[in-house]
Amino acid sequence: MNTIPVESGLLLAGILFVLGMISVLVRRNIIFMLISVEIMLNAAGLAFIVAGSRWVQPDGQVMFIFILTMAAAEVSVGLALILQIYHQLKTLDSDAANRMKG
Amino acid sequence: MKELLWLIPTLPFTGALLLILFGRKLPRFAVSLIGAGSVGLAALITILIGIDFNSSSENSFQQVLWTWIDVAGFKPQIALHLDALSLVFIFVITFVGFLIHVYSTEFMQDDEGYARFFTYLNLFVYSMLILVLADNLVLMYFGWEGVGLCSYLLIGFWYLEEKNGYAARKAFIITRIGDTAMAIGLFMLFKAFGTLHIQSILTQAPQTWTVGSEGAVMIAFLLLGGAMGKSAQLPLQTWLPDAMAGPSPVSALIHAATMVTAGVYLIARMHVVFELAPLAQMWVGIIGSLTLLLAGFSALTQFDLKRILAYSTISQIGYMFLALGVGAWSAAIFHFMIHAFFKALLFLAAGAVIHLLHHEHNIFKMGGLKNKLPAIYWTFLIGSASLAAIPFVTGGFYSKDAILWLSLAGEKGNVGFFLAALIGAFITSVYTFRMVFVTFFGTEKTHVSHPAGNRMTMPLIILAALSTFAGFIELPHSIAHVELFSDFLKPVLPAITLQEGAESKEWIVQSIAVVISLSGVYMAYYFYIKKPELSDQLKTSSIDFHNFWFSGWGFDKAYDTLFVKPFVFMATINKQDIIDKFYDELVKLADFLHRVFSWTQSGLLRWYMMGIVIGAILIVTLSLLVGN
Amino acid sequence: MILTWFIIILMAGGILAWIAEKWNADLPRWISFLALSIDFVITLMIWSQHDFISVEPNSVWIADYAVNWIPVFGISFHLAMDGLSLLMLMLTFFLGMLSVLTSWKEIQFKIGFFHFNLLWVLAGITGVFLTMDLFLFYFFWEVMLIPMYFLIGIWGHENRRYAAYKFFIFTQASGLLMLLAILGVYFIHGNVTGTYTFDYFQLLNTPFEPDAARWLMLGFLVAFIVKLPVVPFHTWLPDAHSQAPTAGSLILAGLLLKTGAYGIIRFVIPLFPDAAHDISKWAMLFGVIGILYGALLAFSQTDLKRLIAYTSVSHMGFVMLGIFAFNELAVQGVIMQMITHGISTGALFILAGSVYERIHTRDITLMGGYWKKAPFMGFIAIVFVMASLGLPGLGNFVAEFLILVGAWNSTHILTILATTGLVGATAYSLRIMQRVFYGVEIKSNHAFEDLSLREKLMMVPLVLVIVWLGFFPQPILNTSKIPVMNVMEAQTKPKKENVALDKLNTNEVLKGDNHE
Repeated sequence: MNTIPVESGLLLAGILFVLGMISVLVRRNIIFMLISVEIMLNAAGLAFIVAGSRWVQPDGQVMFIFILTMAAAEVSVGLALILQIYHQLKTLDSDAANRMKG
Repeated sequence: MKELLWLIPTLPFTGALLLILFGRKLPRFAVSLIGAGSVGLAALITILIGIDFNSSSENSFQQVLWTWIDVAGFKPQIALHLDALSLVFIFVITFVGFLIHVYSTEFMQDDEGYARFFTYLNLFVYSMLILVLADNLVLMYFGWEGVGLCSYLLIGFWYLEEKNGYAARKAFIITRIGDTAMAIGLFMLFKAFGTLHIQSILTQAPQTWTVGSEGAVMIAFLLLGGAMGKSAQLPLQTWLPDAMAGPSPVSALIHAATMVTAGVYLIARMHVVFELAPLAQMWVGIIGSLTLLLAGFSALTQFDLKRILAYSTISQIGYMFLALGVGAWSAAIFHFMIHAFFKALLFLAAGAVIHLLHHEHNIFKMGGLKNKLPAIYWTFLIGSASLAAIPFVTGGFYSKDAILWLSLAGEKGNVGFFLAALIGAFITSVYTFRMVFVTFFGTEKTHVSHPAGNRMTMPLIILAALSTFAGFIELPHSIAHVELFSDFLKPVLPAITLQEGAESKEWIVQSIAVVISLSGVYMAYYFYIKKPELSDQLKTSSIDFHNFWFSGWGFDKAYDTLFVKPFVFMATINKQDIIDKFYDELVKLADFLHRVFSWTQSGLLRWYMMGIVIGAILIVTLSLLVGN
Repeated sequence: MILTWFIIILMAGGILAWIAEKWNADLPRWISFLALSIDFVITLMIWSQHDFISVEPNSVWIADYAVNWIPVFGISFHLAMDGLSLLMLMLTFFLGMLSVLTSWKEIQFKIGFFHFNLLWVLAGITGVFLTMDLFLFYFFWEVMLIPMYFLIGIWGHENRRYAAYKFFIFTQASGLLMLLAILGVYFIHGNVTGTYTFDYFQLLNTPFEPDAARWLMLGFLVAFIVKLPVVPFHTWLPDAHSQAPTAGSLILAGLLLKTGAYGIIRFVIPLFPDAAHDISKWAMLFGVIGILYGALLAFSQTDLKRLIAYTSVSHMGFVMLGIFAFNELAVQGVIMQMITHGISTGALFILAGSVYERIHTRDITLMGGYWKKAPFMGFIAIVFVMASLGLPGLGNFVAEFLILVGAWNSTHILTILATTGLVGATAYSLRIMQRVFYGVEIKSNHAFEDLSLREKLMMVPLVLVIVWLGFFPQPILNTSKIPVMNVMEAQTKPKKENVALDKLNTNEVLKGDNHE
């Protein structure tokens, strides 16, 4: 079987992660920020898969499943929080939620 | 009889205690009875003890009351020591004190602080008696500070006036500077001898030190410092003229007769130490002669009757210091006694004049009192004659003549001392009779309210008699061979040794002194009676000199700029405590850091994210760097 | 057991006073007064019955009580009393009674809680003076701190919050350093001997490396000199004193400062004799700086209570000078100074409180001429002003003279400088008299009455005590003689680190052997 080189896989994971990170930093819409976090999580998951297949170990896939579950839980809590924020502030701008500053 | 010694200080103390407790509730009569009576009783016991002491063969008498402190070999006792020297002092203190108390019962009768006055006065007599009877230096220091306190309280007796309070504080603080020197002297003495018992020190000192050894000189100088403060000698003399803010009986008792001579007592008491320290003893003489001149010149220019007398007191104590400086111990004590009589007399008479002229102090607004107040005039004249040392008939002549003679002929005397004393004698008779002529002669300028009562004139007459006749117990050799006083003091104070071959010249010195004092009187007569306009011309032609002397040679001003102002300035600028600023800055720093950190807590989600990212990058970079 | 009762009575009295407020506003006052007078009478009885002179030097402890508290860590509830502690306790209860009396009119809200705090501060102080276990000592050190914070912070004057915080932070920060030092001593002792204990007597002869000893000693010393206080750690004191209610100032000046001096005498010098000896010159220098600097600052103040507070700085400088002069004369003087300063400064604070009650200001530029209206008060003021400038015949003179005579043996220049402090003392003391009682009365709307019966009841005993101490100080000096000698003995022994180490290594073999 023609295997994809490890470097390419990791590069892809890295690019995905950086993209996710940049959009977390630049986006103000809180839903987009959540999506970007998901992308970062998936980037990490991809890196696990690539590493797992490189050493032919099941650990990578185990970790990915673990990340999936965690992401699901995170999304549910995150969406609940977003609903609350929208309910309270009537906006999805994350910068508006700064009442805890200083 | 001697066993009653403890009663002498205890009586005035009890009087003071009673007056503190019940003074405000008692009628004036009872207050006078307690105040004057307790001192009178003490005077009576003193006389009885004096007779007993004179007839017994012992030279001293000790009475231990209780042990005051006993720590690690430091064991001062509350104990009294009676010998000829302290007997002279307690006699003057109780007897003159009693007369002044009697005088005060009339002088102060309209004052609302009547009981308070007698409380302080009794407390003063008590402290002064402790001072001279103490058998160790710590107890003496107790009396020493006690009289300082009473002096403070009595100068500030009329406390409503701001300037009286100022004078009182000035007196206390300046004498305290001297006391500090004395206290250090006491520490050194304790270190050297392991005791502060006076008699032990006096016997051990010659064995421990050789003449001129460093320890003795240092200690003698420090004791001299204490004496300078209390006795208002150069350079600590500035408090005494201001101390005249107190009532006149106070000036008579404390600032003329007794307290200010405590320094003389201290030096005479510790004479062994001073003999072992010739340098310090010479300085006693130098300070004395400088002081007597400076104060004499200042007295010439004053117009406040009491200030003239104050400067005269400083000057006369200068004579005593001069005598101590040349080793004429008994002459100094003799002059102390005569001076106590005539100066108390002068102050009391001056007080009576001021009292009867509605508190007029300026002598140029008096005048012509000779006929209005004959009793006061005659007693004042007798006192003045004694002060000016009018030959042969006054006590002052004999006591001052002895000092003049010994300052030249004594073993440690020299021409410098003699000249200072001689010039001083001339100035003394000038300013004395200037005061007499201006106050009592000429035209009446202020009306006399009422004649003085018996309780005021009787003490004056008794003191006048004493200041005349007390002089005859010690006559110069050229006149007669009477040495009652110095014989009496001989067990305590050694006789002075004269320079060789000096004996025969005594009559020459005496004749000079006679001429000097009489010409002083004539000069005063010429300037103030015969040609009064001359004195005004002199004053205007030398106004700068006049002002300089009038202000006491500018000492007050110098101290003000050198010490008082810098101290007050430092105190004022540092009122908020500079060290606290440091802690304030510390607080500000903490506050600043707090603000910086709380600013990072911006509440912006993306900001935190950025923080995490930067942190992660930093950690990764660092670990890579360190890893390689 | 009697020692525990001292503390229990106060603590229980405090709680009772708090509860009793519900029934009657005056009840807490009576309960507190009663509790303190019971303690005071007990100390008086012990003092009059015990013979302090002829006891053997090693049986100086009048009473000793120890039970295990947390045995795992070697912590015990260990109280013991010698002459020094007894004197301090008598002072504590005496001033405690006065502080209840002086608050009688002044404190009018939260009376129960006030007296609770008052009694707990005093309980803490009592504990500090009695405890012989370092952990327990730290515990009581904190117990006296927190109620004091409330006393200043709740019942104080206009700037009370600031003062209370400042007081708390200064003492707490320095106290933490002491805690570190205590733990250091604990572990070093445990490492060397194998027994981990906080017990004072067991820790006494712990051998330290010179470096370790120096740092540990400084840890203790910082806590104590902040309390004392020594310049430059004094700045909490004027604020705390001037803002506290009268009772608070009285306890601060009269007692809390003394815990610092007590701590140095009881812990610093016996635990680290050599290290303490090494810094003695510096300590005396700081004492002298305190004397002069405190006098200068006292002179410039216009707030009466602040002025008195700075005089405490000046007087406590003498304590520092005396302790580190290391001889019996000076240390006996220090103990006298602790007592007489407690009484004289306490009395001045009570007077300042009385003046404040009458005219509602502490600013001396607005005062003057009160002698006319209140001669009795003026007389009392004269006595204590004179005490504060060290007039012979009053207790403070005995103290200061002993300290200076003793200090002369160790240092000449510093003693001379300290003696000139007496002139400074004269200047600031007379300033009080002049500004408050002399001069013409400044017209104000407030009637100025002479001392009331309650105030006389406070001031007359104080006057009697200070005069009695001036003329008959010997009973006090006898009481503290042997404790002081024991402390000095530790100091004069030759360098004993190595000897002690030998003893510990070879244990009982050397017993009774005159190795030195």
